[in-house]
Amino acid sequence: MSSALLEVEGLRVRLPTREGPVTVVDGVDYAVQPAEVFGVAGESGSGKTMSVLALLGLLPPGGAADGHALFGGRDLLRLRRSELRAVCGKEIGIVFQDPMTSLHPMLSIGQQIGEPLRIHLGLSRSAARRQAAELLDAVRIPDPESALRAFPHQFSGGMRQRVAIAIALAGNPSLLIADEPTTALDVTVQAGIIRLLDRLRRERGLSVILITHDLGVMSSIADRIAVFYAGRVVELADRESVVKRPRHPYTRALLDSLPHPEAPADTPLVPIRGMPPAAGAFPAGCAYHPRCAYAVASCTTEVPALVREGDRLLACPVDPLRE
Amino acid sequence: MSEAAAIPAPAAVGRVRPVWRRPLAIAGAVIALVWLVVAVFAPLIAPYDPLAQTFTALQSPTLDHPFGTDELGRDVLSRVIYGARVSIPLAILLVTLAALIGGVLGAIAGYFRGVADGSVMRVTDLVFAFPAIILAMVVTAVLGRGLRNAVLAIVIVAWPAYARVVRGLVLSIGDSEYVQSARLLGVSSRKTLFRDVLPNVAGPVLVLATLDLGTAILLLSGLSFLGLGAQPPEAEWGSMVATGTQYFQQWWIGTFPGLAIFTAVVAFNFLGDSLRDFFDPTSAADRGR
Amino acid sequence: MSEAAGSLPRRVGRRRLVPSATFGRFIARRAIALVLLAIGITLVVFLLTQLVPSDPVTANLGEQAAGDPEAVAAFEAHYGLDKPLPQRYLIYLGHVVRGDLGESSLTHNPVTTDLGQFAPATAELAILSIVIAIVVGIPIGVAAAVKHDKPVDHALRVVSLGGISMPTFWIALVALYVFFFRLGWFPGGGRLDPGTLDPPHVTGFFTIDAVLAGQWGVAGEAFHHLMLPALVLAAFNVSLLARYTRSSVLEVMENDYVRAARAKGVPEATVLRRYVLRAALPAIITVVGLLFANILTGAVLVENIFAWPGIGQYAYQAAINLDVPAIAGVSLFIAVVYVTINFVVDVLYGVIDPRIRVM
Repeated sequence: MSSALLEVEGLRVRLPTREGPVTVVDGVDYAVQPAEVFGVAGESGSGKTMSVLALLGLLPPGGAADGHALFGGRDLLRLRRSELRAVCGKEIGIVFQDPMTSLHPMLSIGQQIGEPLRIHLGLSRSAARRQAAELLDAVRIPDPESALRAFPHQFSGGMRQRVAIAIALAGNPSLLIADEPTTALDVTVQAGIIRLLDRLRRERGLSVILITHDLGVMSSIADRIAVFYAGRVVELADRESVVKRPRHPYTRALLDSLPHPEAPADTPLVPIRGMPPAAGAFPAGCAYHPRCAYAVASCTTEVPALVREGDRLLACPVDPLRE
Repeated sequence: MSEAAAIPAPAAVGRVRPVWRRPLAIAGAVIALVWLVVAVFAPLIAPYDPLAQTFTALQSPTLDHPFGTDELGRDVLSRVIYGARVSIPLAILLVTLAALIGGVLGAIAGYFRGVADGSVMRVTDLVFAFPAIILAMVVTAVLGRGLRNAVLAIVIVAWPAYARVVRGLVLSIGDSEYVQSARLLGVSSRKTLFRDVLPNVAGPVLVLATLDLGTAILLLSGLSFLGLGAQPPEAEWGSMVATGTQYFQQWWIGTFPGLAIFTAVVAFNFLGDSLRDFFDPTSAADRGR
Repeated sequence: MSEAAGSLPRRVGRRRLVPSATFGRFIARRAIALVLLAIGITLVVFLLTQLVPSDPVTANLGEQAAGDPEAVAAFEAHYGLDKPLPQRYLIYLGHVVRGDLGESSLTHNPVTTDLGQFAPATAELAILSIVIAIVVGIPIGVAAAVKHDKPVDHALRVVSLGGISMPTFWIALVALYVFFFRLGWFPGGGRLDPGTLDPPHVTGFFTIDAVLAGQWGVAGEAFHHLMLPALVLAAFNVSLLARYTRSSVLEVMENDYVRAARAKGVPEATVLRRYVLRAALPAIITVVGLLFANILTGAVLVENIFAWPGIGQYAYQAAINLDVPAIAGVSLFIAVVYVTINFVVDVLYGVIDPRIRVM
């Protein structure tokens, strides 16, 4: 485990609300290996985005994080602002969900890619320009020279997301965090972005944390998948195990709710009954128990620990889906 | 969907407290109410007749005359109180007229679009081309001085803002899918107008009107200050300040009426500002002025 | 990658990208709108002059000249008083385009001469006032936005609401009383002390002209006289600008690209400058255009109290005395200046925010 690129231990995140501080991430452990795509799956409100925002010091004002996040020999959660700034954009790049709003509307593409190049790599203006064009080429944007002079509003959503990826790669990071990178895009464009991430990962030996609620998207490139529910990891295993042989009832339910391209045409979609709990109102014990078909009495009182069960980590003592 | 959206929302709708719990709104409402009461009950509240020139002229404030007396021996306090009878009701009348005229024209422009829209927009552009007081000054000069023409002049200056706001709202609501589908379903135009358009329009218009009350008072007193509005011997705050500039050393003549203007305008600005937050919390305070 | 084909601007066979052509079209559209508006303004002013209840001959020439049949005849020919209304308008428009705004019945100078004499005084006042408003108002607004929802912000909000509630003429009166009459820190009116001669005319701005002529004492005196009226005029605008800046900055700060900038490791000072302020700048610049309207409005009142020989005073005297050519000329002038300033603001907006250029 010491060869892991990023090791997160006991991560807890609290955010302020009108009713007082609320825990949105409640004790999360995982590790990301070099050159792997680590998928983080879960519904909205499961804490998946906050857990990575905490790593980069990007929590909303008043937010606080506990625990450890070891990266390159340092604990990200203990770094000062100035030290964290050297990591953000350089060793860790992040791509946000909505490319319409995450790019500065008034700066040219060239300026926006050039910025991290000059801040983190100290490149001169002309060197940054050349490098930016190369990055645009790497993300498959045609006519990079012209694109450098263009502005975000002149591009389509998919192109803008590619630009965002180029920006995230500018500092030559070892880890790329992609928070719902395809959710705001058309379905036809999504595949292109995912293929791009996959290729970049292979060409550069990059690790990618891919956060999405869409298991379909994730199952095409993730090496390992962590399933989040109510601020905790409930299952963590390699892709095959999670998708083909899910052991946690929630994972199973998530997969069941996905339309399967090879299933018969009249197969009904099975939604998960109930709603995901809002932060601050997580049920006692196992947070999933109100919606779980296999819940027993102990599920309502004891928070299940994440334990190793064969080829995976599982937080379900009942383990009803074990073969 | 972002994580932040799943964080529990506070009990009240939107992220601001309701209007009646905001100190600014309360202060504004109270002060405005006080002035309304003063305006209505002036004859009962004022200690003396505002036109009576029976006292020693240019007396500094005393217990008998807390605001002193002016150059013609009239009690300033009484005149300030009666001044409310001029400024407040006229401002309300003015704003109501401007809102009605502007609102109707704007609604027509937004609803029928095309030529109607184009012509209304050109006219508002032309009115906006002139700074308010210049236009008001010219109109009163041309039509003759006096409060009635001053009010007319300010209405002319004020209605375009309402036209613009209402037009914009009608346009965007008309474009909304909700209204389109209602139309397709055969709901009559008049019904959509009343059920869908009006409620959405009422809020911003109310905000604009409240803030405009303050501006109306400022403009009206400004015109009177210049001698184009209220004529002597009428007790009006602006013309009293003008007298104050002549009798410079008798500071009380100009200061108290100006203070009256200030408090009245502030009241409506506080109210309007809080209303604006209430109706549109996303606008993080201040647009449109 | 078919989506790429339609999403970049066409190169039209040249190496340079085409934003410059889009921008050119943008400016052209705005310029045409400006000209049309100016024509509309002449129409409005003309119609207003037609509404004057008195006999146009007397109103325009003044009582004395109206008795002279030759002058009356010349007047009637010049303005085509016997012709129908639309033709009279065209005659008027023709005059205006050739720079003939008629003759003031008060001063008996061509209105254009009068304007040339009085405008610089107001311009000097207006520019100083805007500069004060910007230098004081914007930082206050930024500070309030950054310290959003803290006590400082609330206090600032109340104070600025108060600032826009005070009648300009009252502020002027109180300021004069306190700072001139009681404290003697500032002079009580006029552009210079009673005995001082105007500096040799170059721009009409006494401060600049005095400096150009090497009259440092006069320059200082002129500036001293400028201060109080400029500050009074600025009072309203400082509050307005602070409020607008605060709300623009707040809106911008909530945007994702600010957070994305921090995620890129951009230093906080740069984030504030390039991502927050720069993005808020267009909205702020729009307000500066509005500020000029307030200044022109306030100028009428302030010049009255400070005996400042500017456009505001000229307009006021014209209105009071029903000097029709002067009224017409001054309103035309002020309105055209104002819409021109808005045009410049629009163009600046387009320079700063490339998204606007397609509109």
